[in-house]
Amino acid sequence: MRVIGIETSCDETGIAIYDGQRRLLAHVLHSQVALHAEYGGVVPELASRDHVRKVLPLLRQVMAQADTRAADIQGVAYTAGPGLVGALLVGAAIGRSLAWAWGVPAVAIHHMEGHLLAPLLEENPPDFPFVALLVSGGHTQLVRVDGVGRYHILGESLDDAAGEAFDKTAKLLGLGYPGGPALARLAARGNPQRFHFPRPMTNRPGLDFSFSGLKTQAVNSVKQHQDDQARADIAYAFQEAVVDTLAIKCQRALRETGLQRLVVSGGVSANTLLRERLRDMTHELGAQVYYPRLEFCTDNGAMIAYAGYQRLRAGQSEPLAFFAVPRWSMNDLAPP
Amino acid sequence: MSILINIHIAQEHDMLALGARLGGCVASASGKPCTVIFLHGELGAGKTTLVRGFLGGMGYHGKVKSPTYTLVEPYQFGARQVYHFDLYRLTDPQELEYIGLRDFLENAAIFLVEWPERGAGHLPPPDLDIYIDYANAARQVSFAPHTIIGVEIVAQLNTA
Repeated sequence: MRVIGIETSCDETGIAIYDGQRRLLAHVLHSQVALHAEYGGVVPELASRDHVRKVLPLLRQVMAQADTRAADIQGVAYTAGPGLVGALLVGAAIGRSLAWAWGVPAVAIHHMEGHLLAPLLEENPPDFPFVALLVSGGHTQLVRVDGVGRYHILGESLDDAAGEAFDKTAKLLGLGYPGGPALARLAARGNPQRFHFPRPMTNRPGLDFSFSGLKTQAVNSVKQHQDDQARADIAYAFQEAVVDTLAIKCQRALRETGLQRLVVSGGVSANTLLRERLRDMTHELGAQVYYPRLEFCTDNGAMIAYAGYQRLRAGQSEPLAFFAVPRWSMNDLAPP
Repeated sequence: MSILINIHIAQEHDMLALGARLGGCVASASGKPCTVIFLHGELGAGKTTLVRGFLGGMGYHGKVKSPTYTLVEPYQFGARQVYHFDLYRLTDPQELEYIGLRDFLENAAIFLVEWPERGAGHLPPPDLDIYIDYANAARQVSFAPHTIIGVEIVAQLNTA
């Protein structure tokens, strides 16, 4: 079975083709297209959220790359939520219409389910069940994954996502926005002894996160200490606090569930200190940690094509009416 | 409409309480289709904290995620919608067209907008501007109403 996946829930337009036998055949993001050629000179930043004009050129490109004709497609998957309703409706309308025109089934996919299943696109995928940490600019969530459609949210951020706290603190330190990776580089020459930031919500039970207070703490420190070395020292203390908090909660999640596999995805999973800390922590527990390749840690079409393949293969499909759900809890999903 | 009031906020808890009072005042004052409130303040000033209190004051007690990444988070209170916008990530005000701002404005809703200056020229005029300024570790919150609704909200806030 060969499935097209369409992702338009927020900034990125991503399209991919997944084949049950040959696995991922092709995937593209809008940034990979010659924007000027396709847009007649529109400034790319302005077009960054203009999914309508990007989907069809991307679709043609991905089909050419996968050497796939319309007749080869046996199903269409699109992100139906959560996200911006207008952006979601673009993908949903085009995805549902294509499926109807081609006479194949369509399936609506939860964006976060795509992220949870993304590591299964890799060569040595984790077996179910596993604990997943999704940590990016938009999300910080711990989820127990028992199978496709069998998810239980263990904890999540009550305010800012970890990546957002990274990016905003980087901005406060004069590193531009988004500057999470730049903050990590600055932290490398920080003095570990100078500042100590709290580990929010680690001294009480539970697996929820809160990172907004760390941002405010960084503001206060920046206002009080203007020297250049202080910026590096604050970056150090901030990164330590976020990474430590994430590692403590992951450890707690593995212990509480008794599971041995941890999957980490999202842009922040590229952070070197986080990877070191999680490697040591899982090693101590005798557990394994898995990461999808970096390009599938951020929003992409491949994860939607894969999740769609799993659900379509199990016989799930949508009626002709399509929908978009801006606010949609993963706890509401069911197996196909 | 040059009424301007200032409130001193010592800690996060006080910001939540102010937000809750404001939520109550807005809910009872806004009879017209839309109420638009702009929230001004630097990173970490407490704009989202004020909104969390606001939504709590209207009876919402779930998570109030920062909308920085998603640009807007919707909340439903019976027939009433609240949209919490955060335009921090906009690179050009014109992007509001792509995220469907005009569709949102068709609803009779309360709009709480962080970083409104990044949407300049594409946002409706505000009923009320709220400024949150740093006062060392504390905050100074000022209210500048621009319409009858805005004045009514501030007047209620003064007596609440």
